[in-house]
Amino acid sequence: MFDVLSEYQAEIWVSIGETFIMVGFSILAALLIGLPVGTFLFLCRKGQLIENQVVFSSLNLIVNIIRSFPFLLLVIFLIPFTRLIIGTAIGTAAATVPMCIIAIAHYSRLVEQSLLDVPKGVMEAAVSMGASVKDIIFKFLYVEARSSLVLSMTTSTISFISYSTIMGVVGGGGIGDFAIRYGYQQFRSDLMIYIIIIMVVFVQLVQYAGITFARKIDKR
Amino acid sequence: MITLHNVSKRFGTFQAITSVSLHIKSGEVHGIIGASGAGKSTLLRMMNLIEHPDEGEIIVDGQTFNHLKGKQLRHMRQTLAMIFQGYHLVGNKTVFDNVVVALKLAKVPKKEQTAKVMESLRFVGLESLKDQYPAQLSGGQKQRVAIARAIVTQPRVLLCDEPTSSLDPNTTAEVLEVLRRINQEFGVTIVLVSHDMEVVKSICERVTVMAQGQVYETVQIEPTGIQKLENSAEEFVKWLRTGGDEDRV
Ligand SMILES: Nc1ncnc2c1ncn2[C@@H]1O[C@H](COP(=O)(O)OP(=O)(O)OP(=O)(O)O)[C@@H](O)[C@H]1O
Ligand SMILES: [Mg+2]
Repeated sequence: MFDVLSEYQAEIWVSIGETFIMVGFSILAALLIGLPVGTFLFLCRKGQLIENQVVFSSLNLIVNIIRSFPFLLLVIFLIPFTRLIIGTAIGTAAATVPMCIIAIAHYSRLVEQSLLDVPKGVMEAAVSMGASVKDIIFKFLYVEARSSLVLSMTTSTISFISYSTIMGVVGGGGIGDFAIRYGYQQFRSDLMIYIIIIMVVFVQLVQYAGITFARKIDKR
Repeated sequence: MITLHNVSKRFGTFQAITSVSLHIKSGEVHGIIGASGAGKSTLLRMMNLIEHPDEGEIIVDGQTFNHLKGKQLRHMRQTLAMIFQGYHLVGNKTVFDNVVVALKLAKVPKKEQTAKVMESLRFVGLESLKDQYPAQLSGGQKQRVAIARAIVTQPRVLLCDEPTSSLDPNTTAEVLEVLRRINQEFGVTIVLVSHDMEVVKSICERVTVMAQGQVYETVQIEPTGIQKLENSAEEFVKWLRTGGDEDRV
């Protein structure tokens, strides 16, 4: 196994780097935009703090559409948009655009679900103490849902890794693309299997780290 | 202290509270008793506007409260603390943090916070558990943490929604004792919702009997009131059996 891998060492490292860039930006987008969007989705729901049927339905629809798009088609569909903001639709930087879009939709939905699990009474107590919406979010909701939010991020990250494997179609590269180009197209099935093993191990590590951390911060 | 004037509340088409008027005197322990679904919680929750009335007025200290919004409303809520049957503590916060959050929300200066929290925990007898998490506490202890959290901001009123309904008789007595001390030592007005006659008898000075979203009557407990309350409860059951649509008064 190691002979083959070391033969392609340079390419493999570059590919892993590309995967890290794509997944890393996705995680960033999920946190910076997906988390607020998910929180907003939750708060706008019927019976919640800032109940707003119109905002909720529109946001909900957008998230649903993005999530139900077959990812490959989403990538193609977004090409004009990607070109608009990156200047090109080809390459690793361009590939982060559709990755970030799906990341936001993916994580925001999981955030919404996580927040729904916070006991309603906790929010009620917060309201009775005169908490503002901002206080309720940061001093109550996120505190009580934190382990669930971490687990959701773990799940999302694993999906992002999976999504990243097809980014070869727009020249995004990444370890998945490497497996396809060398392993499949050059009939090096052994190489492909080794790459799959690397990815499985990596996913296991992410999963393990996420679960361990989530457990550690869960005091409920 | 608190006056409800012709207050009504609907949930969809369901009339939960029908034109209730009620006066809570400053410094008293006022019970609200009635069967499940009578509207006790809804009535209590309107006193701090967690639930907004469709009609009528909530007057606190002579100020009409139900038109307040935003900051003013939040500020007002801090003078009307609340405890619940389910305690509603934050499971991921320690006992200390559960209490201190009330002070943070009330913007109490940081350097005063620790002393106030400890004083409040001492009052309910839980100083030594300050670093525990709620999951490690018994029901009675959780309720005492919730009480500590409620009184740490020195509210003028404590609204209690079935605070002992999940507790065994001994623990119930302990919690009621804490409430009684809060009333006597700090002069905090207490409104206590319960469906348990014993609880209400043991602590309240006046009791309002509710049925089907309406006030049946308010009875003075001491010195002869207990009998009257029981009669009232009996009449009230009879009245319910007749379908509740006879003229009661
Ligand atoms: N948010 C709500 N939406 C719809 N109906 C509600 C809501 N809150 C309360 N109700 C209804 O209003 C009525 C009164 O409820 P409330 O909780 O005030 O009763 P309660 O006297 O506190 O009863 P319990 O002893 O069971 O707590 C009930 O029939 C209840 O189903
Ligand atoms: Mg109730």
